[in-house]
Amino acid sequence: MDVQTWTYLLVGITFTLYIGIAIWSRAGSTNDFYVAGGGVSPLANGMATAADWMSAASFISMAGIISFAGYDGSVYLMGWTGGYVLLALLLAPYLRKFGKFTVPDFIGDRYYSKTARIVAVICALIVSFTYVAGQMRGVGVVFSRFLEVDINTGVIIGMVIVLFYAVLGGMKGITYTQVAQYCVLIFAFMVPAIFISIQMTGNPIPQLGMGSRLNDGSGMYLLDKLNGLSTELGFAEYTDGKKSTIDVFMITLALMVGTAGLPHVIVRFFTVKKVKDARKSAGLALLLIAILYTTAPAVSVFARTNMINTVSNKEYASMPQWFKNWETTGLLAFDDKNGDGKIQYVADATINELTVDRDIMVLANPEIADLPPWVIALVAAGGLAAALSTAAGLLLVISASVSHDLIKKVFVPTISEKGELWAARGAATVAVVIAGYFGINPPGFVAAVVALAFGLAAASFFPAIVLGIFYKRMNKEGAIAGMVIGISLMIFYMLKFKFGIFDGGKEAVANLEKDWWFGISPEGFGSVAMLVNFIVSIVIMKFTPPPPEDVQEIVEDIRIPSGAGEAASH
Amino acid sequence: MSDKQKKASAYWRENVRYLFILLAIWFAVSYAAGILFKDALNQIKMGGFELGFWFAQQGSIYVFVVLIFVYVRLMNSLDKKYGYNE
Repeated sequence: MDVQTWTYLLVGITFTLYIGIAIWSRAGSTNDFYVAGGGVSPLANGMATAADWMSAASFISMAGIISFAGYDGSVYLMGWTGGYVLLALLLAPYLRKFGKFTVPDFIGDRYYSKTARIVAVICALIVSFTYVAGQMRGVGVVFSRFLEVDINTGVIIGMVIVLFYAVLGGMKGITYTQVAQYCVLIFAFMVPAIFISIQMTGNPIPQLGMGSRLNDGSGMYLLDKLNGLSTELGFAEYTDGKKSTIDVFMITLALMVGTAGLPHVIVRFFTVKKVKDARKSAGLALLLIAILYTTAPAVSVFARTNMINTVSNKEYASMPQWFKNWETTGLLAFDDKNGDGKIQYVADATINELTVDRDIMVLANPEIADLPPWVIALVAAGGLAAALSTAAGLLLVISASVSHDLIKKVFVPTISEKGELWAARGAATVAVVIAGYFGINPPGFVAAVVALAFGLAAASFFPAIVLGIFYKRMNKEGAIAGMVIGISLMIFYMLKFKFGIFDGGKEAVANLEKDWWFGISPEGFGSVAMLVNFIVSIVIMKFTPPPPEDVQEIVEDIRIPSGAGEAASH
Repeated sequence: MSDKQKKASAYWRENVRYLFILLAIWFAVSYAAGILFKDALNQIKMGGFELGFWFAQQGSIYVFVVLIFVYVRLMNSLDKKYGYNE
């Protein structure tokens, strides 16, 4: 069978599986819809969290980014895993004990204020929408390359599938499809990695293969070889990188804190039975995520070395079939500047003749390494699983924010349970359509904003939640001021240095780099905005009255793990 | 302060002490070993890996996983000690 047939087969089987699960686990109540009835086992929740978390960005883009950034790519590896330590130690157990449906629920109750709740809803919507658009785009890219349908058709197929199980099943449907999606995506990621590791180093464990000697008889360490190739072509040494230390530090911190503050991740911990289960499932989630995250840097090294060896200074006419395939998608482009018919791939942009979109490193990897067709098809199914599971999780946050936090808690408190359930389904449908629209017509800024969504989450939610748990005296005045100033500062910095709004647009951005405050890039600025949020919250709190007695009692209560009832709306 | 409150605040103090210790390790393996002192650690080689680079792309992640499971264990026994387990 050829790649195309295999792809149709594997994608068909996995999609049928997801739909089957969705029908089996329909949501009957708002409790089912928002938190899957609150009875999910720690392992199932760990798997669902891992699938929820690992998006098209983790599966498709991350190894590619690291492949081109080398050491600098470490910010994603540490940032997107280290955040789980913060989540497990500082947030998950207490929020589970608190026992409500959403993050704005916690903010609204803990800070006894509708304003606080609405500020939190707005932050949640900004973060989730920017994120979900990127997922739909990922679905489209996979469809167009592997099933040879138009990107737009791909996005629409993805929309229909997500719509079906998110709207029908709510959190309950999503949880169990995510369990299946985790299995698909991790298998799809590991199989090619193991194959290639054996091919290049003889070691079947990619994490070790990365630090092993090459199989080609040279006896050189793989990483030494790659450092040599990189410097030869004028790139920075792979294991060194070129970002400043302070910037690497700040970006890592922003990603970690942002991870811990992302509403679609936090809400997963509302679905387990006990506080004890929340802690355990955070550990399991990170373990399952770490399998992919420790393999990804190995894939980056393999793919980078393979690619340089295949293309550098070779005749264009002698390029293998995958090269042509990816050229037609526009993600790989060759421009024979000196007309010698050979490919010059170097750091110097005036001589370089090959542009490679970093996204293809994972997708093309099995083809570059000449693996069997079913492995290539598996990668397509895995990419779809990663994108769909994250999209579904985000849609749920959006729909819960609208139906629960806005409609039920602010505008129509008298709404019936049934009415709220229908409102949730309606909101999910609208959200899918909007996300699909952005997937088909991606505004130029989506990719840039997805990276900044973490900064926004770090600057807004994280301090408010942590202070709400660890600082009994924290009051609404402090928390609201902190959130508003934190997120505004982050948005200002983004507009100024990422989009150049105040200095004549996108073209000006490169020249502004020298003006970065303390040499910190917009991606890392979330850390600064978070610190400002903390400081503002505490200073304002000192000059305003303490929270009422009953709120202080809530804080004392969430610190004690026993007696966590089912999550409920009041 | 009632006995119940005393118990609760003693439990909370022990919990916070655990958090400080675990987060210190969290900081040490990522920010210290993987970023701030990376260049110095890169002088040491472990197989084909430079040590600082290894911490940044592999080691820190392994330690993170272990940290959470250690925390789970510590808290489970702390819950038992104070009778908050269920």
